Amino acid sequence: MDLNKVQKFLLKEIADLTDTPTGAYNIRSDSQSIGRQSTENVDIVPKENVSGLDIFIKPNSKGETVHIPVVMTKSGLKEEVYNDFFIGDNAEVEIVAGCGIDNCGAHDSQHDGIHRFYVGKNAKVKYVEKHFGSGEGAGRRILNPVTEVYLEENSSCEMEMVQIKGVDDTKRTTAAELKAGASMVVRERLMTHQKQQAYSVYTVSLNGKGANADIVSRGVARGNSYQKLDLKIVGNAECKGHTECDSIIMDSGRILAVPALEANNVDASLVHEAAIGKIAGEQLTKLMTLGLTEAEAEEQIINGFLR
Amino acid sequence: MLKIQNLSFDVQNDGQNKEIIRDITLTVPDGKLFVITGPNGGGKSTLAKLIAGIEKPTGGQIVFNGTDITDMSITERARLGIGFAFQQPVRFKGIRVLDLIRIASGRDLKIAEVCAYLSQVGLCAAEYVNREVNSSLSGGELKRIEIATVLARGSLLTVFDEPEAGIDLWSFKSLIEVFQKQRREIKNRSILIISHQERILNIADEIIVLKDGELVTKGSKDEVLPTLAGTAMAVQECRGERC
Repeated sequence: MDLNKVQKFLLKEIADLTDTPTGAYNIRSDSQSIGRQSTENVDIVPKENVSGLDIFIKPNSKGETVHIPVVMTKSGLKEEVYNDFFIGDNAEVEIVAGCGIDNCGAHDSQHDGIHRFYVGKNAKVKYVEKHFGSGEGAGRRILNPVTEVYLEENSSCEMEMVQIKGVDDTKRTTAAELKAGASMVVRERLMTHQKQQAYSVYTVSLNGKGANADIVSRGVARGNSYQKLDLKIVGNAECKGHTECDSIIMDSGRILAVPALEANNVDASLVHEAAIGKIAGEQLTKLMTLGLTEAEAEEQIINGFLR
Repeated sequence: MLKIQNLSFDVQNDGQNKEIIRDITLTVPDGKLFVITGPNGGGKSTLAKLIAGIEKPTGGQIVFNGTDITDMSITERARLGIGFAFQQPVRFKGIRVLDLIRIASGRDLKIAEVCAYLSQVGLCAAEYVNREVNSSLSGGELKRIEIATVLARGSLLTVFDEPEAGIDLWSFKSLIEVFQKQRREIKNRSILIISHQERILNIADEIIVLKDGELVTKGSKDEVLPTLAGTAMAVQECRGERC
């Protein structure tokens, strides 16, 4: 697989890839698949009517990995991609997605990824999605991911959703439905700067006895950027849910945090937390006494916060 | 060598000028351990912050190893070799113990090197190295990590602001051992500790007493400590549940 410099740079940022990944993969660049590999337990099949993939992970398979990074290097591209994951009962899989847009032109580039996860009984999924934008063009870099997760009994899903930097506009919509004993953990990290806007909406429904969810979003809004975080957990059974928005604002950044809970069952136990504030002066002071400049101290604090 | 000359620090409070530090002149030579004691509100912590650059004096001069640092920033002073251990250590979400000690040392320390600093403050390194310096740590744990960062920094002059505050009895003993070890290895480095604790005063080369912002007594441990015994300026460590 021959990759140019920009493709390599984006793949490193979003998927930490410097070479062809091991395991199953599909690498999409400027709306074309430039490399694809299925394995004994993971079958990647292109969809026929729309752009996207059906990805089948065999029941009982363990330790499988799937990489499906997307890069866009041409200004003015707009695409909608549907990827469906069918994870068999008892399977354990790690999925690395992510999208990097380099836009050096005057036209907007936009990638809307619609990912649906059908997670079988007792299966375990770890999903990592990183978004990144680069390029000096006036055209915006737009990412509107839609994620749907359907968790069968006693299955689990751990999601790491990260927007690193350079994404001008994003509307992130995540919905999950959990059956009995299912578990979902989300760690979202959003960094916005300049005039960027980020909207992140979660609706997690705990529908079965013993279902549990822990949804935590950490954000840093710098420059003149804006973030709206709307994290909702719905308890429809005896269940446990925790949602948390924790944000740092800098410069003229603005954040609206709306953690929400809805209990429709007397045995639902739900908690939400939200905090927004600037970097504490004493944190800067401490790191400056260790020899860092104020700007270096800020970077360390933000990097740690968004780890 | 740290030379403080005619140092003053005033604050405006309800339109009234309040003198927190009044015309202090003091020299801390290389290789010495000085302890500053005195009643609460006497200006000890303020003096420590003035030395580290966290507060700026309203009068006087601070010279460190021949350089006038009076108008220098915290960062510049740190880079010249002044270290500072906070009375109330700061918490950071996401920054790990490992990260903080690496930042302090200014090097990409190996895990084993980081662990060596943690062991010096009596922490089981393997349990702490990857933990975040956040609210999951107790006050005593944080305090020991604070001391470990200062050890890793290895400054020419280290100022400890009430190192015993918030520390439990076990770690207090370990803290004294840290100072004694530093004391043995001190050579051309110096240590300035703000403390009321008799056991800390007892390892000083010199003791300074600050009261109402003024330096009221200065002398060797043998001269000064007997005059403080039994007062709030030289209290014994906590020994019972009533402490």
